[in-house]
Parts: sequence; C-alpha cells; structure tokens
Amino acid sequence: MPSLRDLRRRIKGVQNMRKITKAMELVAAARMRRAQERVLAARPYSDEIASIMTELMRRSPQYEHPFLKVSEVQKRLIILVTADRGLAGALNSNNTRLALSDAAKTSIPVSYVTIGRRGRDVLRRLHRDLIADQSMLGERPTMGDVLPAARVAMEQFERGEVQQIDIVYARFISVGRQQTVRQRVIPVVPPEDAKAVSADFEYEPDPKDVLDALLPRYVEAQVYRAVLENAASEQAARMIAMRNASDNASEFIEDLTLTANKVRQASITTELMEIVSGAAALEG
Amino acid sequence: MAKLQVELVTPEGRVFSEEADFVLAPGVEGDLGVLPQHIALLTPLRTGVVTIRNDDAEHVLAVSGGFLEVLPDKVTILADAAERAEDIDEARAEEARKRAQELLAQNVDSEEAVMALERATLRLQVAEIRRRRHGHSPPSQ
Repeated sequence: MPSLRDLRRRIKGVQNMRKITKAMELVAAARMRRAQERVLAARPYSDEIASIMTELMRRSPQYEHPFLKVSEVQKRLIILVTADRGLAGALNSNNTRLALSDAAKTSIPVSYVTIGRRGRDVLRRLHRDLIADQSMLGERPTMGDVLPAARVAMEQFERGEVQQIDIVYARFISVGRQQTVRQRVIPVVPPEDAKAVSADFEYEPDPKDVLDALLPRYVEAQVYRAVLENAASEQAARMIAMRNASDNASEFIEDLTLTANKVRQASITTELMEIVSGAAALEG
Repeated sequence: MAKLQVELVTPEGRVFSEEADFVLAPGVEGDLGVLPQHIALLTPLRTGVVTIRNDDAEHVLAVSGGFLEVLPDKVTILADAAERAEDIDEARAEEARKRAQELLAQNVDSEEAVMALERATLRLQVAEIRRRRHGHSPPSQ
C-alpha cells in the first residue's frame, strides 16, 4: 500500500495536469472556430477560379499548357502539410505516414516540400530529399505565407525536375473527423463539381493568356486551401485529444482518491484497534 | 437602369459585395470601364486601382493582380490581394515605400523589392484619391 502522503501528492499532480489539458482544450476550440471561418472565407475565391478554369478548358481544349500535360513520371514531388506543434492526436503522424507510404508504393524517386515543422522534422530525420520548407506560419496563414512553397514546387515542375506534384494534408470533415488525403496538384485535374459559367466570353488578350495567368493561381489556391483545412483539422484534433486527456485525468483522480480514502480508513481502523486493545489491557 | 452585382474576392475572403452602376478596373491591356449589359469578358488584371460607383457613392480599392470576369449583370474581381481605401494606413504605406526604395537604392535587385515598391506606391495613390474625393485630412498621428 502506498502511503497516504504519496497518494495525496499524486492527486495534486494529476489535478495540475488536468488544468493544463483543460486549458489547451478550450484554446483549441476557440482557434478551431476561427480556422473554420477562414476555410469558409477562402471558398468563394477557389470556387470562382475553378469555374473559370472549367469554362476555359471547355473553350480551348486543344491548348496544352505545361501544367495540363500528362507525361511519363520519372520523379515526383510531394507537398507535405503538417502542424508546427504536436499534441494533436494522430494528425501529424497520419499525414507523414500517408506521404511516406505513398512514396514507397512505387520505385519512382520522390522529393518533398514541407509546410509545417512536424513533417519537416520527420523527413529530415529519415534523410529524405527535402527541397524546401515553409514552417512556423503561425495561426493565421495568409496566401502570401504559403506562396513560396507553392512557387518552389511549380518551379520544379517547370524546369522538368519532376513530372507530378501531390499534396498531403488533413481534410476537415467535422470536429470529430479529419481525414488525411493525398491530392493531385500538377498535372492539373479540372475539378468535376465546378459549374462552368456558360456565357460566350470575350477574352483579353486571348484565352491562352488568360489560362496562363489562371493556372498558377489555381495551383496556389489549392495549396492555400490545403493549409487552411489542415489548420482547422489540427485544432479540432488537438481539442479532442486534450478532452480525452482531461477525461482520463479525471478518471485517474477518482481512482487515486478512492485508494487514498481506503488507506486513510485502514489507518484509522488500525489506530482504533490499538486504542481499544490498549484500554482493554489496562482494565484487565 | 439595371445594376451590376459587384463581387471582389481574394484568397483570404470576400472584400466587397454590393450593387453598382459602374466599375473601372486595371486590365492587362489597359483600364476597363464596365457598365451594366456589358458583353461577357474575361481578362487578367494588373496591380492598380479599382473604382466602383453606385449612385453617388464611390469605392476605391487597391488590388494587386488577379482577374476580371464580366457578365451582363455581374462583375467578379478575383484579386490576389485587395484593400479598401479606408483601411489603408498611410503612415505605414509611406514607410513601406521608403524601405523598398532604400533596398533598391542599395542595389538589392530583387523582384520582391520592386513588387513591394509597386504595392506601397499603389496604396498611397489610393489613399490620396480617397482624400481628394472626400476632403478628409490625413489621420493625425
């Protein structure tokens, strides 16, 4: 039996831990709401770009922008999006694992661009071919923060270093559900669900130039969106993880308290016994 | 007269969404004025000033690159970044411009510095337009 003093000390310790996890849960909940709003705010832009692109590709299907051309893949690039911090459940390791297992599926060499410290650190430890990193974006990443990573990836493609670019991130489905997904970035797959604006557009200067200006932005918007979704997922995952931790701490405190009470009871009983038997001995 | 539904969206969110009579935007081939019932048109934009007029109200915004999509009853501006004239902090813009100029003077010949200078100059321009139109004095600081 542990001593009562030790038990009380442990209860205090676990209580303090619960205070911290509880606070982290509340902070994550507030940040998640804001992150969700940012995902929603980014939607009109990416929807609009997608619909213009669909329209353009319908209009000039014969034009082959390099970003649209599918060629034999000799080397791939994966953009791995993770959080900068841990304590977010399995989110970071899920993302990293998906990227690595996807890369291991074929013998095609893969280089990586990371957004987020967690993924970067793992890839670095494994000595993977990491060509760029854009970490510590903070809580409110702007398009400008994400651009360098997207540009590096596009440059690699334009220079013919890689023939395929994918992005791995955690899609935000609901507070309780985030799904790690891999999405093709280049060659650009025209979005299926985008509704094309059906109008006979005049193009200035011409459709080809508009498409040239549009495609890089479409790619950037996709990367930006992945980062925003991942940020919302991160906060949701952290909130749930911290809630579980707090619940576990509560349970633990209950168990410890029960044991502590038993120990106390036992020592009182022993003391009483001693007093009673002492008194009995005197009387006798 | 029929009105135009004007939307200005950036990757970070919707900046402007109102009805208007007239939109002036900096297309790559030159400035474009759009009235209701304009032919459907699609063009990339330069960094510059977008002016939106509705009755007597006028909105001036700074945009840095993007697209203009015109439909007979609707104008959508997809800007890489946009800022309303009211939101521009002149003191900060001036500072940013000086910084960029200094960088360029030191022969730091980076594309970024040139773009920063372009941006800062544009923001000052927009703030200036607003001040002239509304007779506001610059924010005292």
